[in-house]
Amino acid sequence: MIINHPLLGPRDAQEFTYLGDAGLMNRPYWLSETALQQFHDYLYLRENPAGEHRELWFHEQGDRSWLVVTRNTVTHEILKVELARDVALAQKAANLVQEPSQ
Amino acid sequence: MSAVSTQQVNRLSGGLVDRGQPLSFRFDGQSYQGCSGDTLASALMANGVRLMGRSFKYHRPRGLLSAGSEEPNALVELRTGGRQEPNTRATVAELYDGLDARSQNRWPSLERDMMAINDRFANFLTAGFYYKTFMWPKAFWEKLYEPIIRKAAGLGRLTGDADPDAYDKGFLHCDLLVVGAGPAGLAAALTAGRAGARVILADEDFLLGGRLLSEAQPLADIAGADWAGQVQAELAVMGNVRILPRTTVFGAYDHGIYGAVERNADHVAAPDAGKPRQTLWRIYSKRAIIATGAIERPIAFENNDRPGIMLAGAVRSFANRWAATPASSVVIFANNDDAHQTARDLQAKGVDVPAVVDVRPDAPEIPGIELLAGAQIVETAGRLGLRSVTVRMANGKTRIIPCGALAMSGGWNPNLGLTCHQRGRPVWDGDLHAFVPGQDLPVGQHVAGAAMGAMSTDAALRSGAEQAGEALADLGFTVPAPELPKAEDAPVSLTPFWHVQGAKRAWLDFQNDVTVKDVKLAHQENFTAVEHLKRYTTLGMATDQGKTSNVGALAVMAELTGKSIPQTGTTIFRPPYTPVAMGALAGRAVGKDFHPTRLTPSHAWAEEQGAVFVEVGNWLRAQWFPKPGETHWRQSVDREVQQTRRSVGICDVTTLGKIDVQGADAAAFLNMMYANGFAKLPVGKVRYGLMLREDGVAYDDGTAARLAEDHFVVTTTTANAVLVYRNMEFVRQCLCPDMDVQLISTTEAWAQYAVAGPNARKLLQKIVDPEFDISNDAFPFMACGEITVCGGCRARLFRISFSGELAYEIAVPTRYGDALMREMMAAGEAFDVTPYGTEALGVMRIEKGHAAGNELNGTTTALNLGLGRMVSGKKDCIGNVLSRREGMNTDDALRLVGLKPVTPAQSLPAGGHLMAASGPVDAAHDQGYVTSAAYSPTLGTAIGLGFVKGGAERLGEQLRLVNPLEKQEMLVEIVSAHFVDPEGEKLRA
Repeated sequence: MIINHPLLGPRDAQEFTYLGDAGLMNRPYWLSETALQQFHDYLYLRENPAGEHRELWFHEQGDRSWLVVTRNTVTHEILKVELARDVALAQKAANLVQEPSQ
Repeated sequence: MSAVSTQQVNRLSGGLVDRGQPLSFRFDGQSYQGCSGDTLASALMANGVRLMGRSFKYHRPRGLLSAGSEEPNALVELRTGGRQEPNTRATVAELYDGLDARSQNRWPSLERDMMAINDRFANFLTAGFYYKTFMWPKAFWEKLYEPIIRKAAGLGRLTGDADPDAYDKGFLHCDLLVVGAGPAGLAAALTAGRAGARVILADEDFLLGGRLLSEAQPLADIAGADWAGQVQAELAVMGNVRILPRTTVFGAYDHGIYGAVERNADHVAAPDAGKPRQTLWRIYSKRAIIATGAIERPIAFENNDRPGIMLAGAVRSFANRWAATPASSVVIFANNDDAHQTARDLQAKGVDVPAVVDVRPDAPEIPGIELLAGAQIVETAGRLGLRSVTVRMANGKTRIIPCGALAMSGGWNPNLGLTCHQRGRPVWDGDLHAFVPGQDLPVGQHVAGAAMGAMSTDAALRSGAEQAGEALADLGFTVPAPELPKAEDAPVSLTPFWHVQGAKRAWLDFQNDVTVKDVKLAHQENFTAVEHLKRYTTLGMATDQGKTSNVGALAVMAELTGKSIPQTGTTIFRPPYTPVAMGALAGRAVGKDFHPTRLTPSHAWAEEQGAVFVEVGNWLRAQWFPKPGETHWRQSVDREVQQTRRSVGICDVTTLGKIDVQGADAAAFLNMMYANGFAKLPVGKVRYGLMLREDGVAYDDGTAARLAEDHFVVTTTTANAVLVYRNMEFVRQCLCPDMDVQLISTTEAWAQYAVAGPNARKLLQKIVDPEFDISNDAFPFMACGEITVCGGCRARLFRISFSGELAYEIAVPTRYGDALMREMMAAGEAFDVTPYGTEALGVMRIEKGHAAGNELNGTTTALNLGLGRMVSGKKDCIGNVLSRREGMNTDDALRLVGLKPVTPAQSLPAGGHLMAASGPVDAAHDQGYVTSAAYSPTLGTAIGLGFVKGGAERLGEQLRLVNPLEKQEMLVEIVSAHFVDPEGEKLRA
C-alpha cells in the first residue's frame, strides 16, 4: 500500500507502524465519574469494521508523524490522510466550543 | 548409458535456435547436445527424450504437456551442490553449456520407479484416500502414517548445502507496467513508449514476442519473431522504457504495486562475481496492462497422460520456435480450428500427421491431412512413451493409429491469474467458452490480448494499443495510435468438449493425479462446490496451481450437477503466479545480515579484552570479560562482581534508550508518560520513573534527568527503546497536541558507561575536569549535570546506581566513547578497575533487588513490583485509571520478594513455581513464581527474585520451589529483595 503523507508525499506502507482505530485519540477525562467504564470502553471496545475506517499509522521509518488514515479495509483504498496532531488540535478546539467549562 | 548422444533425432529445420552454438548438457547422467536458444525441454525433445518425470501420487511416467510456465509434468532438479534447485519446469529452464539436470520423484531410476506400484492400487488411492484411511488409531497419525506419506510423496529434494549465490531486491517506478511481451504487450509498450510514458515491459521468457515466436503465420509481410525483434529494438533505445526479460510478474498487490522476479543468472552456470542470481522487484505502477496471453486446456480421455501426449499449441511452439518435434508422427485431437494449425505447421516441417481427430462432426477439412470428424480418442498405448492411439470413429468403429505423439486441444483459457489477486472474479464468456477477467480488477489494471479474450493475433495487437491508449489518457498523455501490421484474425471456432465419456482413468490435473473419476467421487460424496472440489481432490493445489486443469475439472462437475459452468463458478488465483525461490524473497537479509547488528562505540575495545558478546535485540553487548586462567563463565562473572563491589567496575550501558525531551511543557508531558510525578523534580536531579500501559500494567522503567527547566533526558530499557519513543510521540501528537514539547531519540548520539563501586568517585575525579566538583556534598546521590572530561570534552554525569554501589553513569558524544573507555580504564588501574558485562550487571541488580525485564514481564503491575505508591493519584498519566481496577488491587496480589534456598549449595531455577511447603503441586495451589535467579558471590549462595502472593508479609516463610519439567523440588525461604545494602548507605556514600 502507498500512504500519501501530508508532508512527505506518497510513501510505502512498509515505512509505517500500524496501531488501529483512531478512536484511541479520544482519551476520556481521568476524573470523570464514570472514568473506569469510559477507559475500559476506550481501550477495549475499538472499531474494526469491514469498510471505511479511520486508523492510526506511525511513520516510524520516516518523520515520526502519527497519521490518521481513512482506509477501506476491504479494498485497501485510502480516502484521506491527515496529520494526527492537526486532527487532535481540531478536536480540542471543537470540544472547547461545546464545553467551555472543561 | 554414458555415451554422448549427439543425435538430435527430433530436430527439425528452421526455428529460433542457433545451430552454430551447440551446448552440452546432462539429464539423469546421460550427456546430450542442444543449441543456444533451447530450453531444457526443447533440447531433450530434439534428442528424442519423451520421458521426463513421474507424477506426484501414482508415479505415472510423464513427459512434457506444455511449452511454458504452466508445465505440470516435466519438473526437474537443476545443478548440483549448493546450487541444486528442485521442481524447476524443464520448459522454462534456459539451456546453457554444462547444465546438469535430473528427473525427480522416482527410485531407483526414471524408467524403473518402485513407487509406480501406487498406480496398481489406484482404485484405493482415490480422492479423499488419506482422510478416510489414516483416521484410526488416532495416535498413529503423527508417528507412523504421516512420516510414511511424507516419504512417499513430495517432488524434488532440497540440497543440504548453503546457497552460494546472492539475491537482490529493488524498487522500480513507472507510468505503465506491461506484463507479457506477446503481440498485445508489445503493441501496448510501443504505444506507451512513443507517447513518452515511463514504461516497464516484463516477460518471463528470455525472448520477447510471446506467441509470435511460436506461430508460422506472418504479420503482414514479416515473420512474427522479426516484428517482435523490430519492436524490441525500437523500445530498447527509448530512455523512458525498461525491458525486463526473464522476469515473472508474480503478484498484483495494493495500489498498483506488483511483485516480480528477474532471473539474472539462471541461464548461466554461476552468476558473475558480485552479481545476484535473481532480483526481486517491487514495481510501483500508475497503470498496468496484463497481457499474459492464454493457456491451452487438455481433453480428458483414457490414459491421456502418457509421455508424448501434449497440448497442440505447445507442439506447434516446439516445432516452429525450437525446431523440435516430440516424434516423427503426431496425431491431433481437438475440438477447435486452432489445433488444425498445428497439423499444418507440422506437415510443413516434414512431420508425419497420420490424422486429425476432431470431435466436431462439421470440422473443416485440412488439405492433405486425413480428418476424422466426429471422432474421439478412447485409449492410448505405450507405458514409457506413446505408441498408438485408439480412435472411436463417427460411425462407432474403432481404429488404432500408431504414432509417437498426440497433440490435443480443448480450447484456450485466458491467462488471468494476475486479475484475481485482489479477489477479482472471472466471468464466463459464452462465445469463447472460457472465463475472462471480470470488471473488479485491481486499481489501475487493464487487460489486453488473449488474456482478455482477444484471441487472434490481430485482435491482440489492436487491444494492446487500445488499452495502452486508455490507460495513458487517464494519466494525461496524448497518445497517437501506432501503425500495426495486419495479422491473422481467425474467429474462435470451438465446440466445448471436456472429456470422453466412459473413460476409467482420464487425467484432469496431471501434476496432482486428479482424474475425471475423482471429480465424480467428490460429486457422489457431495463435495460439489468448487472450493470443496479443490480441497477434496487436491485439484489445482500442485506447484502449477491448476493452470491447465481447473476449468476442465469444474466443467466436469458442472455436467455432473446439471448446472452451467458459470453457475458452478470458479476458484480464483492468489500470488505467486509461478513459484518464487525463498532466496529471492529473502534477498540480502540472510545469515548475519538477517537483521542489522548494532555495535556500541567501545565495541572494538571490548573485543580487544576478549569479551564474550550476547545479542540483545540488534545490539551486541559484552556478557563478561574472561581473564587468562578463567575457564568457566561463573569465574569471570563472580570476579567482576567482587572487584566492582570491593573497588570499582565499568559497564557499557550505551544500549539503553535515550530520549531528549525539551520545551516549556516538558515536565507536564513527563507527568503524563510516567506513573510518578516529575513536575517538582529540581534542575540538576534525576528521578526513577515507571511507565504503565493504558491497561495499567507496568511496561518500562528508567530515569529522567532534568538538565534545565525545559530540558529532560529520559532513559528507557534497551529492549523497549523503540516502543517507548513511539508511545511518547503518540501522547505528544495525538493526546497532548497543545503542549509545547519536542522529542528526539538520542540513543545513538551518546556513549554511556556505568562506573560503580566504592572507588567510583576517585576514578572519575581523575577524568572529570577539575572545575567540576563531584564530591558527595556538591554532587549527591541522584544528582546530574553537564560537565567536561579529559580537558574539555563535553559530557553528562548522572549519579544513579543499578548495582547498589556508589555509582555514576557518564555519557560522552558517541565518537568519544572508545577514547573515554580507554581513559577510564587507564585512570582506574590504580584501583584495580574491572570492566563488567551484562551477567555481572544482572547479578548485582538481583543482589540489590532491582526489577528488570524479567519482572516487568507484561503481566505485572506497579503494585506487584512493590512500587504501588509510585502511581500518583494527583495527576493523570497513561494507565492511571485502569491500574485502579478492582481485580488488580487484591490483598493477596503477587508481590516482589527475595528468595534463598534453605540448603545454600542449591541453585534456584528461574521460572520455577512456588507451592506451600507441603501439599499438592498444581495450578490451584500456586503461590507465585521465580523471575530471576543467580549465584551471589557477595553472599556466597544462590539468590532469586520472584512474585509471591501476599509478598513481604510472609518474610521468613518456607515454600517449595517446583520445576516439574526437570522434576526439581527444593525448599526456599522468603526474604527481603534487598540482599545487599538494604538501607542504601553505600549508594549515598
